[in-house]
Amino acid sequence: MGTIAFRRKAVDRAMKWAFSLCAFLVILPLFLVFFDLLIKGGKELRWTLLTDLPHPVGEPGGGIANGIAGTFVITLLTMAWSVPVAVMCGIYLAEYGRGKFASAVRFAVDTLTGVPSIIMGIFGYILIVLPMKRFSAWAGAAALSMIFIPVVVRTTEDMLRTVPTTVREAALALGIEQWKTTLYITVRTASAGILTGILLAMARIIGETAPLLFTTLGNQFWQTRLDQPMAAMPLQVFSYAISPYEDWHDKAWAGALVLITMVLLINIVARYLTREKR
Amino acid sequence: MATRTGSNPKDLAFEKASAVFAFAVLALTVLLFAVLLRESMPALRKFGVRFLVSGTWDPVADQYGALPFIYGTLLSSFLAILIAVPLSVGAAIFINEFAPQWLKKPVSFLAELLAAIPSVIYGLWGIFVLVPILRDYLMKPVAKYLGWIPLFKGPVYGPSVLAAGWLLSIMIVPFILSVSREVMATVPQRQKEAVLSLGGTRWEMIRIVIGQHCIPGIFGATVLGLGRALGETMAVTMVIGNRPEVFLSLFQQGYSMAAVIANEFAEAGGLQLSSLILIGLLLFLVTLVVNLAAKWILTKMVARASRGI
Repeated sequence: MGTIAFRRKAVDRAMKWAFSLCAFLVILPLFLVFFDLLIKGGKELRWTLLTDLPHPVGEPGGGIANGIAGTFVITLLTMAWSVPVAVMCGIYLAEYGRGKFASAVRFAVDTLTGVPSIIMGIFGYILIVLPMKRFSAWAGAAALSMIFIPVVVRTTEDMLRTVPTTVREAALALGIEQWKTTLYITVRTASAGILTGILLAMARIIGETAPLLFTTLGNQFWQTRLDQPMAAMPLQVFSYAISPYEDWHDKAWAGALVLITMVLLINIVARYLTREKR
Repeated sequence: MATRTGSNPKDLAFEKASAVFAFAVLALTVLLFAVLLRESMPALRKFGVRFLVSGTWDPVADQYGALPFIYGTLLSSFLAILIAVPLSVGAAIFINEFAPQWLKKPVSFLAELLAAIPSVIYGLWGIFVLVPILRDYLMKPVAKYLGWIPLFKGPVYGPSVLAAGWLLSIMIVPFILSVSREVMATVPQRQKEAVLSLGGTRWEMIRIVIGQHCIPGIFGATVLGLGRALGETMAVTMVIGNRPEVFLSLFQQGYSMAAVIANEFAEAGGLQLSSLILIGLLLFLVTLVVNLAAKWILTKMVARASRGI
């Protein structure tokens, strides 16, 4: 074997190892994060974490029950009005969306997708908190919906576009009205994909913290009124993490473990839905 | 897509109804920009361009300038790109060209999972795991032996622009990786095979073909990652140190545009609130421009690839 050929082979092998190392380094943090979450969060994990209110500093025990409830309420509130808006907008773009107006809407959706989430918090603050003169769950939901809507519009449009035109034409040829075709045939065919998009967007807003900082603000106690500051899991993780107390740090890890479990479960369900349909 | 079937009033009503929702989304976007602009007006009128170049952030004297925040955002994002791009591109090449078939899916799935982790959890992990590691094994030794270089000057606290950049790099990797992979997949198979059939090694094939085709696309992916890094809030707030100063050392505690909004907004009023909203408006405009640039580069890239050049 000539030395040149040998050198070329050696370089090839070295580069292969270098690229493998890159891939390893890319996924290494994932394992580190999960490892620490399980070790440090698992230590604090007990039933009272899910059922109790936060305790003051120094008092052992206590949980994040109000945060879990708050996240649940705020997420449902966001989705209650964002899902119809986003799905209908997606239907418009996929089924009728031609011309200048549709391009403008698509540009708007692209713009919203790229806006940092903290700015959606400012939006919720100016629109809801300032006029109402208090922090509230409403304001948080307003901020989160600005994150939720563009994601779902995009996936809805994309999913509807994967439905073959022949399916629509077959329905129309049977004499079914166009709006019925859209709702009962086209949207139905793409429903698994649309639902996946909704679930992924939901997983995303469950973990969002920045938009809630000065909209829902957080709360140490139970709160059932939507026009009052409300607790949320990510907010609790944040305030426990930056607090100076050791036992609060433990609670931050435990809260983070609960949070990531929810987010991952939703992610897995979402992926499973589309896999089955393929 | 669907063709219009006469003028059935119900069809027309449905089309109009869906158009109303589409209009709502458009209106929300315009409204977002409008309220940001309106509420930042007082600060904009008072400080003007000085806002961008002044380093004073003094709520007591009611004087505000955004320079330390802009500087911290740019520096940490730049660091993140510096770390993330080589790693993501290398990993993309590994997955697309070298990985055995059974390994491709798991590796790309795990990389995608990185994007699903909420940013507050990255921040938590940053505070208690990443920052101590960086402080003890990287920053302290480097400051000790290379401290005479302004970039690595001590004292070492831990929370720093370096820590923020590092954490950001982990967070933007999945985006750069997946776009890079898509870009690399547009290379025509026959060109790869041509190099291999001439006796080229796999690396030579990658260097020649990917080097030829994918540099603009990878640049687009980088710009997209930059857009993500610039606006990231929680993780950066938790590890950057939150001190509004302009300095050269990467080990110093810094601040970022998103972080100052996160920290001060809830308790701010008057001119301070307006200044914070002005920072938000700047961030909005910068990320918009960066994202548009990324999209423009990537669409051009795809158009070129589909012509087979």
